[in-house]
Amino acid sequence: MRQRNYGPWYAAPQGLWLTLFFAAPLAIIIAYSFLKKGLYGGVVAEFSLAAWHALGGTTLLAIAFRTLLVSLAATAITILIALPAGYSIAKSRNQPLRLFLVIVPFWTNFLIRVYAWIAILGTEGFLNDALRYLGILATPAQFLYNQGTVVMVLVYMYLPYAILPLFSTIDKFDFTLLEAARDLGASRLTAIVKVLLPNIKGGLVTAVLFTFIPIFGAYAVPLLVGGKDSYMLGNIIADQVTKTRNWPLASSISMAVTLITGLGAIAFAYTSNKAPPPPVADSSEDMGLSGPAADLVREALP
Amino acid sequence: MSSRRRFSFSDTVFWIIIAFLFLPLAVLLLYSFNSSKGGSFTGFSLIWYERLFLESTDLWRAFGKSALVALGSASAATLLGTLAAIGTSRYRFPGRGYVQAMSFVPMILPEIVMGVSLLVFFADTGFKLGLLTILIAHTTFNIPFVYLLVSARLEEFDPSVIEAARDLGATEIQTLLRVVVPMIAPGILSGWLTAVTLSLEDFVITFFVAGPGSTTLPLYIYSAIRFGVSPVINALSVVMVAGTVLLVYPSRKFLKAFAARA
Repeated sequence: MRQRNYGPWYAAPQGLWLTLFFAAPLAIIIAYSFLKKGLYGGVVAEFSLAAWHALGGTTLLAIAFRTLLVSLAATAITILIALPAGYSIAKSRNQPLRLFLVIVPFWTNFLIRVYAWIAILGTEGFLNDALRYLGILATPAQFLYNQGTVVMVLVYMYLPYAILPLFSTIDKFDFTLLEAARDLGASRLTAIVKVLLPNIKGGLVTAVLFTFIPIFGAYAVPLLVGGKDSYMLGNIIADQVTKTRNWPLASSISMAVTLITGLGAIAFAYTSNKAPPPPVADSSEDMGLSGPAADLVREALP
Repeated sequence: MSSRRRFSFSDTVFWIIIAFLFLPLAVLLLYSFNSSKGGSFTGFSLIWYERLFLESTDLWRAFGKSALVALGSASAATLLGTLAAIGTSRYRFPGRGYVQAMSFVPMILPEIVMGVSLLVFFADTGFKLGLLTILIAHTTFNIPFVYLLVSARLEEFDPSVIEAARDLGATEIQTLLRVVVPMIAPGILSGWLTAVTLSLEDFVITFFVAGPGSTTLPLYIYSAIRFGVSPVINALSVVMVAGTVLLVYPSRKFLKAFAARA
């Protein structure tokens, strides 16, 4: 007896929903990026490359470059401190407690976490208070609204996204391999770089993607703790939609952001899969994205 | 060999990170008990909690809307995502790859792009911006997370159980309701809870698809921040963190126990 194939029936509702409310809206903004801007917002049904040409403008290029720089810096710092943290949780005897400590701040509303930094760094904030109390500062200093603060708050926002997948892959790593490397004469650092890192690639890829992508499209953080000179592409897109009402330009910048993050993600996942295979152990289980990504979601949220 | 080394670099980094992560929460906690509105701490007081619970009707109305959107969009996403996960894991069919790709891409698309594209879409198709458009947007970004969590759960279980059910004469519906769903229930539950959390949390996408009269809690907080520092927000943060810990920690434990048993 041949069993009926019910697959399409199960998958159709979601497939249709995402086609209508995800793929179609994306297709519309792709189309809009090639149309002429309407006089009062909207578009005129006339082919135009103006929105794409505008991407080459010096102001936009400068902002794109800054966005890339800020995202790379914030991602690099995040990964560099998340690696030892993930390692420390994996080696700990009380993993649930340590995971809980990493996750609790994460449960606070996104905006409230940004707001907390304003309460700390503002001219009337906690840091100024403390410094004045200690006699270090005589007059209030402004710690907000600069590039460094934007990077720090971004690191703060996305740190758990990096720690959790790194922890979950390091936790599956066979630590006797590190001892073996050490016994064979490798230094601690060499053992970590040559044995540990290649074996936790899946977690590294997930950690980089889940921090770089949201940071590259950041909107709220630069808006609230950054100055006029820390505007990122996300802010420009929002301004084009809500203030200037230039929808084709908002669309072309959105497409550029999508292309950069998308291609970046593919290239990154691809090169790290193409890299020479780890010298030891079968890490096939850790290579896929879905494993660490599912772990991340499972751990991070209830 | 480890007893020789007292100082652990990774542990030191870990505790510094924990201090970094908790510093803002500690400051919010401190200022929520401040008697004055200004920056400096002038004395202990519960005035901001009083204001929060007794004089903030707009805030609680926003909270009600957020809760409504969260429950609605999480439930819709859980229904769609679970069915699709079952379909793509148990069957091969044309369009399967499309459904899988569509379930992954929204997760890696920057939020702002999804927000703008939905705004343009709603404007073009004549949707009036409001709670309905927020509900649609939240369902859309929640689906991939439910799909991912349920799929991960489906991968873990033994498909021969389903074959056994079929061999014993169970229909598709019976197999689904009596075998598949009970076995993946922990995945479905954690998918739903994840979706509720993501929805309550979302600011960027909501910001674009909200209309007049559809102020959710994050939108309310956003406008409060823009108007300047309000200690009521400090009190609200403390209540929210405490509430989440009290609600989520037991449910996580329950979920883990539940998952272990199933």
